[in-house]
Amino acid sequence: MEFLNQTTQFVISGLATGAIYALIGLSFAIIFNSTGIINFAQGEFVMLGGVLTIFSINTLQLPLLAAVVLAVAGTTVVGVVFERAAIRPLKNATPLSLIIITIGASILIRGLVMLFWGKDTQALPAFSGNDPINFAGATLLPQHLWIFGVTLLVIAGSRLFFHHTISGKAMRACSFNRRAANLVGISVGRMVLLSFVISSALGSLAGVIIAPLTMTSYDVGVMLGLKGFCAAIMGGMGSGFGTVLGGLILGVLESLGAGLISSGYKDAIAFFILLLILFIRPQGLFKKGETERV
Amino acid sequence: MKKLITTALVSFSLCCLSTAALAAAPIKIGALFAVTGPASFLGEPERNTAQMVVDEINKAGGVKGRKLELITYDTGGDATKAVQLANKLIKNDNVVAIIGPSTTGDTMAVIPVVEKANIPMVACAAGIKITDPVKKWVFKTAQNDTLAVAKIYEHLKKEKKNKVALLTVSDSFGSSGREQLKSQAAKFGMQIVSDDTYGPKDTDMTAQLTKIRGSQAQAVICWGTNPGPAVIARNAKQLGLALPLYMSHGVSSKKFIELAGEAAEGVRLPSGKVLVADRLPKGDKQKGALLAYIKDYQNHFKAEGDHFGGHAWDAVMLLKGAIERGGDTPSGIRNQLEATRGFAGIGGVFNYAAGDHAGLTKDAFVLVEVRKKDWVLVK
Repeated sequence: MEFLNQTTQFVISGLATGAIYALIGLSFAIIFNSTGIINFAQGEFVMLGGVLTIFSINTLQLPLLAAVVLAVAGTTVVGVVFERAAIRPLKNATPLSLIIITIGASILIRGLVMLFWGKDTQALPAFSGNDPINFAGATLLPQHLWIFGVTLLVIAGSRLFFHHTISGKAMRACSFNRRAANLVGISVGRMVLLSFVISSALGSLAGVIIAPLTMTSYDVGVMLGLKGFCAAIMGGMGSGFGTVLGGLILGVLESLGAGLISSGYKDAIAFFILLLILFIRPQGLFKKGETERV
Repeated sequence: MKKLITTALVSFSLCCLSTAALAAAPIKIGALFAVTGPASFLGEPERNTAQMVVDEINKAGGVKGRKLELITYDTGGDATKAVQLANKLIKNDNVVAIIGPSTTGDTMAVIPVVEKANIPMVACAAGIKITDPVKKWVFKTAQNDTLAVAKIYEHLKKEKKNKVALLTVSDSFGSSGREQLKSQAAKFGMQIVSDDTYGPKDTDMTAQLTKIRGSQAQAVICWGTNPGPAVIARNAKQLGLALPLYMSHGVSSKKFIELAGEAAEGVRLPSGKVLVADRLPKGDKQKGALLAYIKDYQNHFKAEGDHFGGHAWDAVMLLKGAIERGGDTPSGIRNQLEATRGFAGIGGVFNYAAGDHAGLTKDAFVLVEVRKKDWVLVK
């Protein structure tokens, strides 16, 4: 019984962490699909979401909801500026140099945040209290429910957007074949910008809802970004269900590994899975292999 | 015309400055702190404090009529850089003594440099390796981990608890603590029933705590620096973990209470006396120094002076005392540092000796508990 209770707790904790990875993974995938680059500044969007919310609450004295909106909007502006200033001017750059640019941007953003808001870790109050909720012998916090809720909403929203709106379909078209998309009259540049808007908004939203649990500081984005990247890789860089499942699996495995095997190997487990998938199934766990016609 | 006057003024003031400098050249003291990088929580208050104390000494007329000049470099917590900067301090800046570095890693790397150059160094790092075995030119002000561990075990023994669970961070601070916790357990009759670690950037430790909940442990000892321990305190509350939670002196600042919020209530940790300065009994030797330091730091930086800045305070004041008694040569300073007895600073009452360059006993620590968002002394 005790073992069962423990395992339930491991799984629930893992799912909660996994939902965060999934959200971040989704925002990786969105940019990848429309531009073919992996945006390593994604973790910084997550960090900005948390830091800006705390700044809005503490310094600007805004209520929580307004602070969240402002933080998401602020991060989106950063994302747009980033795309306009660093990605768009390099029309014929290879994906590799673009990826290196995103790494540079992430270091820049981290540095600026450190200069403006210092190096201290800060905590955001929980959205609806800290009283633990009992669930099948395990406990979770109200904030976890927020995370699950937002993740579900985002999945539903992105499904609707990518399959049932013109812009969403246009973005998917870009991901399949940019030139063809261009030829049928889709403005690829605008789609790229839009992908940055959605992705930075999503990343910062993830940052906001996890800030009460994990706390936030200028360097919190590095590890979260990497884990989100793992999730996206597991899902084969698709912007759908695969990534979400990838995130959840990663979270649960980490938690079970830490609880049942050894806590020292927690991160090792995540990165071992990442390597394994890159070696064995580079197209992701849930995607059929794509054949390319020459 | 205007230009002429400006030139005249500038050259006049330059003259004044140079004559003043000729009158009594300042005594140069070097400082190496990890102001940026992962150990910045140590280096920043240390740099602030050292500069503040030196400024004040100078304002009060310096040491025997001579000003002190503090030359501070930032190691970024990088041992290679620390060695380069130590060489620069010794060879280019010609300092007579060095304060810092902030971390054990930096300090161990710098030790061969100062030993070779015969320059006294007062380290602000806690690792026991720094002064054990004793090195001729190396002293330190930060309390050994050993003393903090002893304080916790002593208390547990008094409460008749002997089964503990360890949860330590996987960096140098945590692994050094873990080593001490394990090696001293037998001495206090403690049995370690669970030994877990977490990563310095981890955001959820419920898995480890769930495991601990299932073990025989009567108390949890967590060794880490913010924000990890705050996450652990919150996770423990979420899980309804009924075991008493002990932390290390690595979180002995208000920041921990702020981060952990309500979950900090009841957490116990060994700390330097600076946290509870106003609650110390009147007879306490350190009380005067502590209260003065806290007030000073508050005035200068609008922040609470902490334990870590205190290491730099002690280092500067120890050097000042040594210079007053022994002059401004490196060997004179070293000999007088070693002869320091009964110096009541921030970290404790220092008694250096030829065989002891750490100078503190476990009385340097007090056990404190968080109650109503503040620290109280545990008797």
